[in-house]
Amino acid sequence: MEGRFFTTTLNEILSWGRKFSLFQYPFVTACCGMEYMSAACAHFDLDRFGAGWTRFSPRQADMLLVVGTVTQKLAPVLRTVYDQMTEPKWVVAFGTCAVSGGIYDNYAVVQGIDQIIPVDIYIPGCPPRPETVLDALVKLQEKIKKQEQEWRWKRRKY
Amino acid sequence: METAEILNLLQTKFPQAVKSTSTSFGLDVVEIEKDYLLPVMEFLKGKPQYYAMLLDLTCVDYLGEEPRFEMVYHLFSLSSNRRLRVKARVSEKDLRIASLTPLWKNANWLEREVYDLFGVEFVGHPDMRRIFMYDGFEGHPLRKDYPLRLRQPRIKFRK
Repeated sequence: MEGRFFTTTLNEILSWGRKFSLFQYPFVTACCGMEYMSAACAHFDLDRFGAGWTRFSPRQADMLLVVGTVTQKLAPVLRTVYDQMTEPKWVVAFGTCAVSGGIYDNYAVVQGIDQIIPVDIYIPGCPPRPETVLDALVKLQEKIKKQEQEWRWKRRKY
Repeated sequence: METAEILNLLQTKFPQAVKSTSTSFGLDVVEIEKDYLLPVMEFLKGKPQYYAMLLDLTCVDYLGEEPRFEMVYHLFSLSSNRRLRVKARVSEKDLRIASLTPLWKNANWLEREVYDLFGVEFVGHPDMRRIFMYDGFEGHPLRKDYPLRLRQPRIKFRK
């Protein structure tokens, strides 16, 4: 019993720490990037929720924001970026194009990035308003808080 | 030198090449035989006509007509502020046309685009590859007979 009690506490403190320190990697390909910039900058300010630091290397990021249309040619690049991110990682599909392909139902565009990488939260809208982005961020934080956290020595049994 | 004079000169110089001349919404249009594309373009680019700039280069698919494809070239003269449109028909059986890369460097990527989306081959192009679609993509998606709902397998991930 003692061990289990300790584990849940560590889980909680990890999730608390992780949900308020989301380093983001914006994978910006299209016009949704404008709304992302608006949401990230001073007026709406993602930093109020602890996701203020934009990392321009996926290796340092926790949250992958796929902002905009992903074409078939770009799909392996997105997959590589996702694979380069270290655990734990979360993916946000930002805007209708990333969610489902949007109006681009054609030969060139991936019909939703969930065909390539797992997605944690979808933000609809073409483009979504910054308030929607903030709402999604809060929802993602709730999700992280409820998640079971992984850590380095967790599965090691002596 | 007026545009009409240039077109007259062109007709006297290349009598077999020029099929017709017309005006479309105030823009002068010359339709030529595709075999004479390079000399005609060289003539138009040189002095005194001096259509020094290749604004755009594209293709139109007239499905059901013969010849099926039509190459469209937009020229612009910086010195006299005039534009000219040159058209040349390309048959589906012989999809080759001369490349304009010896005359204009920007023709390189524009011709790659036309090759990618329509399948027209440019003779003398230094790097005839697809530019928009990935390697392994089959067909030419802007052709009218490309199926609208056709989806192709995604590219393999790099190892």
